[in-house]
Parts: sequence; C-alpha cells; structure tokens
Amino acid sequence: MRLRLLAAAAVLALSGAAAAPALAADDEFKLVIENHKFEPAELVIPANKKVKLVIENRDATPEEFESHALNREKVIAGKSTATVFIGPLKPGSYPFVGEYNEKTAKGTVVVK
Amino acid sequence: MLATAIIVFREVLEAALIVGIVAAATRSVPGRSAWLVGGVVAGILGAGAVALGTERIAAMAEGVGQELFNAAVLGIAVLMLAWHNLWMTSHGAELAKNARNVGHDIRDGRRELSVLLIVVGLAVLREGSETVLFLYGVAAGEGGASLPMLAGGLVGVAGGAAVGYLLYRGLLRIPLKWFFTATAVLVLFLAAGMASQAARFLIQADVLPSLASPLWDTSAILPQTSIVGTLLHGLVGYDARPAGMQLIFYVLVLVSIAAGMMWINKGGSPSAQKGAPSHKGAPS
Repeated sequence: MRLRLLAAAAVLALSGAAAAPALAADDEFKLVIENHKFEPAELVIPANKKVKLVIENRDATPEEFESHALNREKVIAGKSTATVFIGPLKPGSYPFVGEYNEKTAKGTVVVK
Repeated sequence: MLATAIIVFREVLEAALIVGIVAAATRSVPGRSAWLVGGVVAGILGAGAVALGTERIAAMAEGVGQELFNAAVLGIAVLMLAWHNLWMTSHGAELAKNARNVGHDIRDGRRELSVLLIVVGLAVLREGSETVLFLYGVAAGEGGASLPMLAGGLVGVAGGAAVGYLLYRGLLRIPLKWFFTATAVLVLFLAAGMASQAARFLIQADVLPSLASPLWDTSAILPQTSIVGTLLHGLVGYDARPAGMQLIFYVLVLVSIAAGMMWINKGGSPSAQKGAPSHKGAPS
C-alpha cells in the first residue's frame, strides 16, 4: 500500500521536473517607472518574436507590472530593475498597468 | 480606500480559497486545526521575509529569480497537494468512518499534517508577500501612511478570509457520502491550476517556450478580472489567455494525480477491509 503511494508520488515528482533552459539572443526593450508612471507609455515591439522587456523602477516604492492581455505579472522592488520575457505575439494592442498604482501607471505594448 | 481594499482582497482571496479547501478536505484528520493555524502563521512570517528579500530574489538568476522562486513554490505546493490526494485515497474512508482508529498510526498522520502545513504556508507566503509589498508601498508613499488606505487593506484581508471561510462552511455541508470525492476533485483542480501558473512563470522567465501565446482568448466572454473569473482562477486555474505550455502542465498534473488515485484504489486500500486496523508499511 505505502509502496504504491510512494511510487505514485515519485512519478509525479519526475513529471514536474522536466524543464530545460532555452535561452536565445533576444531583442531588448526598456520601460521606466517614475512617479508611478510608465515611460514610454506606448512601447512598439515586433510581431511574432520573443522580446526581453527590461523594466526599471526609479520610484522608492515597489510596483507590480501586470498585464492580463500579455498574461504577465511581476513585482519590481523600489529602485530596482526587472526582466520580463513576452511574446511571440500577434499584431495588436496589449495594455498593462502597475497594479499598485493603477490610476497613473498605465501603458500599452503595441505589436506591429 | 476602496482601491486598496480591492487589491488586497484579490491577493488574499487566492490563498483563502486554498486554505478553505484544504481545511475542509482534512476535517477528519485528528489534530489538523493546530497545524492549519501553524501553516497560516508560518506563511505570514514567510511573506514578510520574502517581501523584505524581494530585491535580492529578483536579482538572482539574471533577473528572473522571482519567476523561478514562484514556480518553485507552486511546484512544491502541487507535489504536496498530489501527496495529500493520494494519502486521502488510501486513508480517507477509514478516517471518515472511525477517526479514533487512526490514532495508532500517528507517524503516518503526522506526515499528512506536515504536508497540510506546507501547502497552507506556501499559499499564504506567495500571496501574502505581494500584499505586504503593496501595503509597504502605501505606507511609504508620498504623504506617509494614510489611515483610510491601511484601513482598506484590513477590509481586503477580512473580505478575502471571509470568502475562504464561506467556502469551507459550504464544503462541510456536503453529505459525507460525496464529501471525499468532492474535496478530492477540488484539490485535483487546485493542483492543476497551480501547475499552469508555475508554467506561466517559467515562460515569463524564458525557461520554457510558450508554444502558443495565447492558445485561446476568452477574455471577452469571461474576463479574468470579473468576480466569476477571479474565483474560477483561484479554484480551477481558469486563465482567459493561457499559453500552450500552461495547458500541457495543467493536463499533465490533472491526469497524473487522477491516475495515481485510481491506481491506489485498484490496489485495494486498507480502508476497504472494514474494521481492520491499517498497518503502516504493509504492502497491499
């Protein structure tokens, strides 16, 4: 009985551990958060391509980069820089917000 | 104040749903209340530590430390939930019938309880650390701590906890005959949803390819930000715009745990032998 339990758990553990890194050279784009606003508020990126988004938070307080359209969320500590990979995406507009300051921190990724 | 309450509510809700389900699913395990509380307390302490270390965690692994950390936390939670369901499959019926009889099998019971503690602790830690960071931002923001906003935070915590408690009370009303199956299915979907979230973090960190982003888009029909969408996200891992890889993780975990449960059932659990006390380590 216990053997079965253990074996079943082991199979689950193995199936979850099959993740290999797949880094490649990427296009890099920069976003800056200052005074709870994104700069630029509209970021144009190429379609059908994975890009690296480097977000610098110049505010002292933490911010959460969140986009349901891009299916991304990431907390960025105050005075620090974070990396988020997005795409490959189809052409279109993908809004994002700073969840902790949603009133002012708004932006759009435009895929062309 | 309202905006603060809503943000905190959203963060707390997900953890509260997990705690509610786990609390209900283990209601027949003797001594589980103390372990549940312990899990929540450990989670809150952990959340504070993670919030303090955000910058350090984020800087690890070339800027994707946070994603790897979140994926690891979710991955451990998935394994623990899987273990819980497999354990309940072999002990559940016995526990429901005669809670006193399992007293002799303390070590086995304690392992299940520590699994429970870890699941609850990790859920609170993950959602809690974001809440702590947000409230820190509020307190440290321009003009200093504003009382209405901090009050909003408290309202949000209370609201999220209340929904988790309601779910718990609701689950307890399910007749015993279906209770185990119902909570096992809930835990199963909870685990699958977490696996999908873990995949999303690994895609965001560029560790895994997305395979399709998104695979589908149901945000027009059922936005993830709506009340129903939020609840479904927390309960069964609903995602309005999932990546292909997320679906693979979701299905893989769902099928693996379900298959494991069926396998254990077929192998004949000790609970099938009515009245006979189970013996730890006895092969079936």
